[in-house]
Amino acid sequence: MARADSRTKLNRRKFLAGVAIAGAAAPQVANAATVAEAPAGAPRRSALRPSAKMAAAETATPVVPMQAAGTPASDFMVDVIKSLDIAYLPCNPAQSFRGLHESLINYGGNRKPEFLTCTHEEASVAMAHGYFKIAGKPLMVLCHGTVGLQHAAMAIYNAWCDRVPVIVMGGTDLDASKRPPGVPTFHSAQDINALVREFTKWDDQPVSLPHFAQSFVRAYKVAMTPPHEPVMLALDCGLQEETVHDRSKLTIPRYVPTAPPQGDMNAVREAARLLANAERPVIIADKCARTAAGVTRLVELAEALQAPVVDRKGRMNFPNTHYLSQTARGRALIGQADVIIGLELSDYWGTVNGYIDNGDNDGAGLQESHIKPDAKLISISSMLLNTKSNYQDFQRFQPVDIEMAGDAEATLPALIEAVKQALPASRKAAIEARGQALKKAFAETRERTRQAASYAWDASPISTARMSMEVYAQIKDFDWSSVGGDRQFSSWPTRLWPMDKHYHHIGGPGGYGIGYNAPAAVGAALANRDAGRFSVNFQPDGDLMFSPGALWTAARHKIPLLSVMHNNRGYHQEVMHVQRMSNRRNRVASLGNDLGPIGTRIENPAIDYAKLASSLGLYSAGPITDPKDLAPALKKAVEAVKAGEPALVDVVTQPR
Amino acid sequence: MKRIAALILAFSLAPAAAFAASAEKGKAAFIQHGCWQCHGTQGQGSIMTSAGKRLAPNPLPWEAFAGFVRSTNRAMPPFSEKILSDADLADIYAYLQSIPKPPDVSSIPLLK
Repeated sequence: MARADSRTKLNRRKFLAGVAIAGAAAPQVANAATVAEAPAGAPRRSALRPSAKMAAAETATPVVPMQAAGTPASDFMVDVIKSLDIAYLPCNPAQSFRGLHESLINYGGNRKPEFLTCTHEEASVAMAHGYFKIAGKPLMVLCHGTVGLQHAAMAIYNAWCDRVPVIVMGGTDLDASKRPPGVPTFHSAQDINALVREFTKWDDQPVSLPHFAQSFVRAYKVAMTPPHEPVMLALDCGLQEETVHDRSKLTIPRYVPTAPPQGDMNAVREAARLLANAERPVIIADKCARTAAGVTRLVELAEALQAPVVDRKGRMNFPNTHYLSQTARGRALIGQADVIIGLELSDYWGTVNGYIDNGDNDGAGLQESHIKPDAKLISISSMLLNTKSNYQDFQRFQPVDIEMAGDAEATLPALIEAVKQALPASRKAAIEARGQALKKAFAETRERTRQAASYAWDASPISTARMSMEVYAQIKDFDWSSVGGDRQFSSWPTRLWPMDKHYHHIGGPGGYGIGYNAPAAVGAALANRDAGRFSVNFQPDGDLMFSPGALWTAARHKIPLLSVMHNNRGYHQEVMHVQRMSNRRNRVASLGNDLGPIGTRIENPAIDYAKLASSLGLYSAGPITDPKDLAPALKKAVEAVKAGEPALVDVVTQPR
Repeated sequence: MKRIAALILAFSLAPAAAFAASAEKGKAAFIQHGCWQCHGTQGQGSIMTSAGKRLAPNPLPWEAFAGFVRSTNRAMPPFSEKILSDADLADIYAYLQSIPKPPDVSSIPLLK
């Protein structure tokens, strides 16, 4: 289908044939050169010297005799891609998109998008994931249709769960009768998109250039309409390598952003009425604030109600410096609430219920409600607009009283206005008193957090609180951005660092697939580089080893990023699972020669992350085990990052 | 019934046994039995590990501590005597008792 254009003067088959002939001649070329440079007195070779004509023919760059009458189809694809102003293209090269690759760098000038050489497709997608959460713009990723897409799949799933758009394109060779045998056939499939269809929002396999133009613009549009999600396009080898004879007949559809879906106004007004009249309202935000404006709007809603905000930290939703930031008291506040509004919650059930993996309930574990029986629940989420069946990222079913299928950030202006109108004058004093109580609770929580951070302050392995604050001391005067997760080490940065900008943290991986953190941090740091910000990443050790090549990509492309290893030398999440099962079965957990159950530790030998980073082209230091050594090491690393380089400091830490 | 029995067992451990225990051995047992994985090597705890409550300084009274370890039904799994001997438990308690108070938070510049 894609190779139906028989008018092509230079097709891929003929070009390959030419390459094959040139390749077959290559050894003779080498021999000819060797003979020409042989010193006097060297043993005479038995082969005859080539004639001047033959030598010239074999040593010169092969001339392609079949100059196409037209332009490469993939040049038009580049025109389409450029129309969407995509900045970067994280990519591991592959034969199945060689036509587009060539057009992007030679016709497109390697600008918008610019190639970022990646060592693994999982890293490519995760870089795009992290980039979006800072820049608010998607990247496109190219990968081999079968093997590359399988590498990319986990990262696409993370992006899916995290509601992040990525334009994934996979090369494939559709025409089985013309497909080169061997490797290219292993790397093709009838429907490569099937690999990721369950966790992409939309996919297509264009069979013509007009089809490609429509589908690429559509893919971008679908991905960028909340709920943001990854999309997938299969890219036929044959189509890329066709020739366009009349470019003027091809058009590129204009991209117009889609207005995000808002909650129904009747539901908004009813939610506002409940919130305005509540004695103990609670706002819970997860992936709510997509932009700086989202943070501002959430503050406005919370202040109008003088309601506490519990931040699930899927995004930087709410300033932790604001007295209405009450995340640390979330469990108690939720338990006392009479009205709860959840904004883009990934797991509403898990937010208002408790689960303990203790073997009760026939092994299913203890499940208990955390809310009052008559508490009213409100939800605004775009997730309902894009639910699929197979993967269970929609979590357990939680009945709510008012549910709006819409984008929370886009709905906030209407909700704020409705709340202000619904607030009874008679409740003004009570609402102000609520705010005063929350100010006091905020100060007390802050003090308790500082106190908690002081325990094990001088310990070795180094306490994660100490590590966090030593890092903050080095970067606090910069316009900084924390681009790694902190959930795995007691969330110290989001508890102790003053965070009030939308880029101060970027939330987590979405699907909790390991291998996200390092490349996502590099992608986010790339966006921060363009904005002139300093990026810092707390890097889990287990995660790094899934995709250490992301560090090389940072070095290769001069992406400044300070990575500080949270090196607890274990797959710590799993340690307790094995311990729990051992205890439940009344058996001693077998440690072997390690400090944790067999199979859960990264030691014997311990990995030297500083050497690893150094080998990949980064400035590095460590392993650091004495907390007194942290500050000087960090200071030097910060200087390297300020000079435009990535740097890594390996810190041997407490587990959490 | 098992939990009640475990509690009785815990209470039957004479406090004197705990006081005679070894903090040094307790530190090793604290690591060997995996306590540190959730509670940290100095018992400082973590909000990440829901059961990783702070254990030291000033640990719970011995009876409450031992009873919890033997019979908890929360996120931390119970440790039976077969898994964690009475002697090791007493040593661990001694270790927790030996952990000094941290520096006053107001004396730590990075936490101001």
